[in-house]
Amino acid sequence: MTLRWQKLLPRYVLLTLFMLVVLIPIWGLLMSTFKTDTEIITSPFGLPESLSLDNFRAAWSMGKFNIFFKNSVIVTSVVVISSVFLSTLSGYAFGQLPLPGRKLLFPLMLIGYMVPFEAVIIPLYNWMNFLGLRNTYWAMILPQIGLSVSFGTLWMSSFFENAPQELIDAATIDGCNRWKALWLILWPLAKPATTTLVVLIFMWTWNEFLLALVMVQTEAMRTLPVGLAFFQGKYTSSLSLMAAGAIIVALPTILIYILFQRFFIRGMLGGAIKG
Amino acid sequence: MDIKNRAYPGESKWKGWVYLLPVFLVYFVFTLLPILETVRSSFYQWDGISKSKTWIGLENYTSLFSDSLFLKAFSNNLIFILFYSIIPILLGLLLASLLTRQSIPGFNFFRTVLFLPQVISMVVVGVVWRWMFNPTSGPINLFLSAVGLEQFKQAWLGSFQWALPAVGSIGTWVQYGFCMVLFLAGMQRISQEYYEASSLDGANSFNQFIHITIPGLRSEIGVALITTTIAALRVFDLVYTTTRGGPGESTLVTGFLIYRSAFLNNKMGYAAALATVLTVIILSLSLLIRRYMSERSETSK
Repeated sequence: MTLRWQKLLPRYVLLTLFMLVVLIPIWGLLMSTFKTDTEIITSPFGLPESLSLDNFRAAWSMGKFNIFFKNSVIVTSVVVISSVFLSTLSGYAFGQLPLPGRKLLFPLMLIGYMVPFEAVIIPLYNWMNFLGLRNTYWAMILPQIGLSVSFGTLWMSSFFENAPQELIDAATIDGCNRWKALWLILWPLAKPATTTLVVLIFMWTWNEFLLALVMVQTEAMRTLPVGLAFFQGKYTSSLSLMAAGAIIVALPTILIYILFQRFFIRGMLGGAIKG
Repeated sequence: MDIKNRAYPGESKWKGWVYLLPVFLVYFVFTLLPILETVRSSFYQWDGISKSKTWIGLENYTSLFSDSLFLKAFSNNLIFILFYSIIPILLGLLLASLLTRQSIPGFNFFRTVLFLPQVISMVVVGVVWRWMFNPTSGPINLFLSAVGLEQFKQAWLGSFQWALPAVGSIGTWVQYGFCMVLFLAGMQRISQEYYEASSLDGANSFNQFIHITIPGLRSEIGVALITTTIAALRVFDLVYTTTRGGPGESTLVTGFLIYRSAFLNNKMGYAAALATVLTVIILSLSLLIRRYMSERSETSK
């Protein structure tokens, strides 16, 4: 063993330890989805005897996760597309355009990024109730957009502030107006910033719990996290079914995280630092 | 400010507002206005159903400080700061101090896994840990039996004594990878020369940690403090899915008390006062840490 490895080995041991603590519960959950309840108790972390998808099937149709999944997809896609589009416009306004009141508006946008949902949930609930919008997608979509554009605006504006000015000037001389400069010149350059924003808003919306819990009463309108919470109350004894439900909720975010992790980590670290 | 944010010749100086307007409207109606309305409701007594609201001034606030439920909930939030913030930051610094001088081959893989709890729904995290902590079939108690430590088995989440630290340690599980990834990213910025030069001057690892690593990671430590402390103060999903504040009130937190008062007990005014207090605490805390960090980085320049 070389000297270098002698120095590295203790660090690997430590890193591996921290990593295993994170991984073991998730691994156990994943394995449980293929097992029967008795098998989970006799061998919580071992490989399953068979790769049966029965638990998934039961959770998907009997547990109504098919409906929750559809609701989550609808709410999340509307929120992500509209928040990212609107934040691109407002970030452009902050970063490039003449904007009277800019200095005052900036801290105002910051508030939405820092307040907890508890600060807004009570009036939103009463208003949606009053308007008869509870139990609709709108009751989950609109407030979520309202909070997402706060971070989105700050995030996109810092991209537009640092955009290469020569390019914009050259385009302007060639007769590009502001709208064209945004979509033809800057937007293609903004792909990394936009991707980060898409994955972050996707994750926040997909995992949002309090809003969906409060706004929705009927089972048919529940999103995945709320559906899972009620499912847990109903099938407390069946670990295998619950594990299958939990994996259905978690898998989309885990997959997107693995595919886009560079953007995720940069966004969550950078967003935290900047915000 | 140079050419940016200036109107072109012949362009309206209000151009930016055209682009900002949609965001401003949706943000105003669904975030700013509700915040103001929460503050206004906190001066009323209202059951959320009847038409009449009664103005009671500051009564909701004055009663908070003698309200044992709120005091219990808030002190639990403070205890959660230990689990969500202090322990993860210490673990992160420990790791950072050991990984100073060399890049680690394959670190990206570790980073991916360490960050994983950050992206999973807290409801899923709750399901996972309710299973881990299950008194009869949970791996933790099964493990304790298997290694002959029967006497340490607990009904973790159902125990007055253990439920709070058990839920808290789930918070540690979620946050420590975030702190580690954050600090290790910050370590990349600290020049190796500092470590090499100080080694030549005879500094030991501990001195280097105090005088190079900690000051070098100042802004990362600030960020970790803000985000994890806020997470500890606003915890809701996890308590809802693991204990619902129980047993008794042993894991009650402010976020859950707001939910329970507003939507289960129809005490809208009281819940609004709680929400206002929580929001003010969170906002002032993040402004405080933010200011402290920027002052420190000013002086260090």
